[in-house]
This record gives sequence, C-alpha cells and structure tokens, in this order.
Amino acid sequence: MSQPFTISLDSLMQPLDFDAMREAATSGGCASSSCGSSAKPDDMDEATWDKIKDHPCYSEEAHHYFARMHVAVAPACNIQCNYCNRKYDCANESRPGVVSEKLTPDQAKRKVIAVANEVPQLSVLGIAGPGDACYDWKKTQATFSEISREIPDIKLCISTNGLALPDHVDALAAMNVDHVTITINMVDPEIGAKIYPWIYFNKRRYTGLEAATILHQRQMLGLEMLTARGILTKINSVMIPGINDEHLIEVNRWVKERGAFLHNIMPLISDPGHGTHYGLTGQRGPTAMELKALQDRLDGGAKLMRHCRQCRADAVGLLGEDRGQEFTLDLLPEEVVYDASKRAAYREIVAEERGDHVRAKEQAVAAVRRNSGDGHAILVAIATKGGGRVNEHFGHAREFQVYEASAKGVQFVGHRRVDAYCMDGFGEDATLDGVIAALEGVTHVLCAKIGDCPKDMLVAAGIEATDAYAYEYAETAISALYAAATAAGGDEKAVA
Amino acid sequence: MAFKIIASQCTACGACEFECPTGAIKFKNDTYIIDAKTCTECDGHFDTQQCSAVCPVPKTCVKA
Repeated sequence: MSQPFTISLDSLMQPLDFDAMREAATSGGCASSSCGSSAKPDDMDEATWDKIKDHPCYSEEAHHYFARMHVAVAPACNIQCNYCNRKYDCANESRPGVVSEKLTPDQAKRKVIAVANEVPQLSVLGIAGPGDACYDWKKTQATFSEISREIPDIKLCISTNGLALPDHVDALAAMNVDHVTITINMVDPEIGAKIYPWIYFNKRRYTGLEAATILHQRQMLGLEMLTARGILTKINSVMIPGINDEHLIEVNRWVKERGAFLHNIMPLISDPGHGTHYGLTGQRGPTAMELKALQDRLDGGAKLMRHCRQCRADAVGLLGEDRGQEFTLDLLPEEVVYDASKRAAYREIVAEERGDHVRAKEQAVAAVRRNSGDGHAILVAIATKGGGRVNEHFGHAREFQVYEASAKGVQFVGHRRVDAYCMDGFGEDATLDGVIAALEGVTHVLCAKIGDCPKDMLVAAGIEATDAYAYEYAETAISALYAAATAAGGDEKAVA
Repeated sequence: MAFKIIASQCTACGACEFECPTGAIKFKNDTYIIDAKTCTECDGHFDTQQCSAVCPVPKTCVKA
C-alpha cells in the first residue's frame, strides 16, 4: 500500500497525456483513493479544511501540490514602508513587491486563463502588490469579478497592509474571497514609527507616531472584521533585527487573540542595491537560524507558516518555483479560452497521491517519536521538485526544504534558498561554499543524486549528504535516517 | 496655478489619478500627466495637494 505511485508530479509539468496520467496514477500498489485517509488534520473542522486544502500558502501540505499566481493589477499604495522601494522593477529579483510588468484587469484575465490552461497545479489567484489591493480597490474588484466568471473554482486571495481593509471587508466577503493576508509588523506605534515613515489616510498624509497609531488601529479592526465573517487570515510580519524581532512575540499574541489563522514571520530582505531605506542605512536581515529561533519561541501561539518563499508580486507556479517569465504579456495569445480539463485531471491524481502521502507521513512521524529515546534532534535539508518527495539532484536544487526530526515527530521548519551548484554539468566551488553557508545548522542533506566531490566537501563542513533515500516521501526518508542515526548511537557519521 | 509630475521619477502607480478631486490627471504615453487647466492645486477641496500627499516618490508631484 505504501508503494509510491509510479507517476512523478514533476512529470505533470510537461505536456500532458491524460491517459498516461490516469494509468500511472492507478497502477501503483494502492489502486484507488478509497483507502479512506484524507489529508485533513484531525483537529481541523471540515469547513476550514475545505478552504485551505488546495491553498499552497495556507496549507503546508498543499504547497507540495498546488500553485498560485499573483497578478500585479493594483499598483497604488497608501503607505510607505522602510523595506520597500516603489521604483524597483527587475525580472531577476525574487521578493515581495517586485514585478516586471503591471497589468490591467483585462490583461490579467488573459494571463490567468493562459496559466490555468498550462499549469494544472494552479488553484489560487492572488493580488499581492506592488501596491495595496484594498487601497487600489477598483482594479482589484474588476479583476476578481472578471476572472471568477471564467474560472469559478479559482480561489481568490489578497494581501494588504490593512489601512484600507475595513472599508472593503463586506465586499470581500460578497466576492467569496476567503483568504486575506495582512502585513502586521507591530502592535506598538513606537515601533511602527521606525518601520513606516508615512501613511495616506482620509485625504492627508500622516507621519511618525500618529501614522503608526492609525495604521495599528485599522489593522486590528480589519482583522477582527474578517474573523467575524469567517474569512481566514494570514498575518505576515517582517522580522527586522533590532527593531521588531523581540516584539513579534507580542504581535503573535495579539493576532492570535483576534482569530488569525496563520502567522508568517518573514526575514527582512535588505540590500543597498534595492534602494530601500533599510538597504541604504545598513539595516540587516536575520540569519536563517535567528529566524528559526524566533519561530521556535512562538510554538504554541498563533500557528506559524514556515513554508513562505517571499515570492514576487507576479509569481506563477508552485511556491518553490517561478514560471512567471513564461507568461509575460508579449508571450500571451490575443484570444484565450479556458480549458478546465487539465486542472480537473490533475486534481484527481493529487487526491490519490495525497492520501498516500498522508498515510506515509503518519507512519514516519510515529516511528520518529518511538525512536526519539534520548530526545536528540536532527535538521534535515531535502532537495525536491515538488510532491513532497526527495526527487531533486543536489546540484540542481535552488532551494532546500528543511525538516526537524525530534521527540515531536517530523516537522517542516522552513526552506533555504541557494544558487544551483551545478551548471552545465560542472560544479562551482564558490557556489558550493554559498550552499554550505545557507545550510547553517543543518545536519543532513537528502537528494536524488549527489557526486562524491560535493559530498566530501559537505562532510568537511559537518553535513552528511546522501542519495540513499531518492524518490521517497520526505518524512519517510527522514524517519529512516533518524532510525539509522539512533541505531548508530547518535553517531551521525554512520548514517551516510 | 497647477501641479506637474516629474515623469522620469513617476512609478506609474496611478494613485494620484483616482485621488485627484478635479480629474486633472490622466495616463498618457506610459506616464501620468496633470492637465494644468483642470488642476486647482486642490484649492477648495483639501488643505494639501492630494497627488503630492499620496505620491510614493519624494519631489515628484510638484508645483509647475
């Protein structure tokens, strides 16, 4: 039953042959989805599960299978943040607010349909900058109403700074927007004044403490209004060392009390080249381990999102990839007609794969708990192309998904972005040094394939890398690794 | 009596267009421009010029 399906999810990114897809999906050991297990966590009600099960940002488990796209239709903003430079515009940058081209609602419709026809994983359409979806409201509304007429089952999602949010909560509810992200970096205006130089509200500009106080009040009001209407909320907080890092513990408590569904602590991205206030003044972002330490302290508070990739405002695809450049305006056909068949076929297959994954995960987590006698923990980085499996070559990985195995079981704790080590078959030592630095704190790397040279260099850096668990589910592989490490008496050298 | 937009600095976000109380701002040739004949500098509407209050780039909506 636990035999993996012979279809690989990455094969679905290729041109699709439905018969082959179906045959492959049903030729594994488990012939149907009737094994009965759903991916729904036991402590979640059906209604909430229904909302998040295909949303890659709201469900860590869903992000292995489903993709989102952002359309940059609402470029006007009503606040200035010290980590944002509104003039920035570059195709090679990957971070929030960055976008190559702005779209009109009509262009957005054409793009979304083109993507839905080509990317069967697509489940969510978001408006997430540059600008503010609630402030530039008419364009947000026009885009959503046009696209939901064409693709009724696409999930609509917005991201906002919250200032204009209370004015549109009822309209959001009426449009069936059931996911709203609010960026909340503070609940203390004294701290807010160090993050926001000004806001534009009620037809005038406010600065300093006054600006931060208004913003804070509007954010809390908006959050409470969304909770009252059953709209799921994700709170994004930018972790800015020395400014709000400790304070985010307080933010977590406030948003939990007001019904936030998820809290996403994101590291500040800061570089003088970005031209942001923080970049130009030398404000640094946190290290991966500082971020993890803060997230670990918040265990037990509002549930954390740890799989955020801080994607661009025009990102397309699974969270770890960006196919946006395949769908720029000049590449879109003039006329597009929505074809629902690929998305439907993909969903059928995912439903089966997913049930299988959940069962494998349960077994793996239970095994790790059994083997955690001395309570030791390992931090394992997985190279993956999606589907929750160890299925990417070490040298091709542009990110690693990091899991912690400990007495708590196996938990996804984040990802580390890297430059691919292998280019055209040759490995760059300098790039490998960067990968090793990015893997700070990681004890093991699991991948589909790795050469002896990088493997030896990783060992020298105290990291064991192996391809012995290629194509397994991440949790299954980690569980086996953990058992081996335990059997070796904690001597991790014996594992690889 | 009018304001103007320094085109080289404009991000084309369009906030000024919908905040302008007299509809003086239009999108033309990839940038926003203020029609000097229609612009009143918000006199009689607001204490401060809306385009300049909302513009994300300093010194971009300025007195013509």
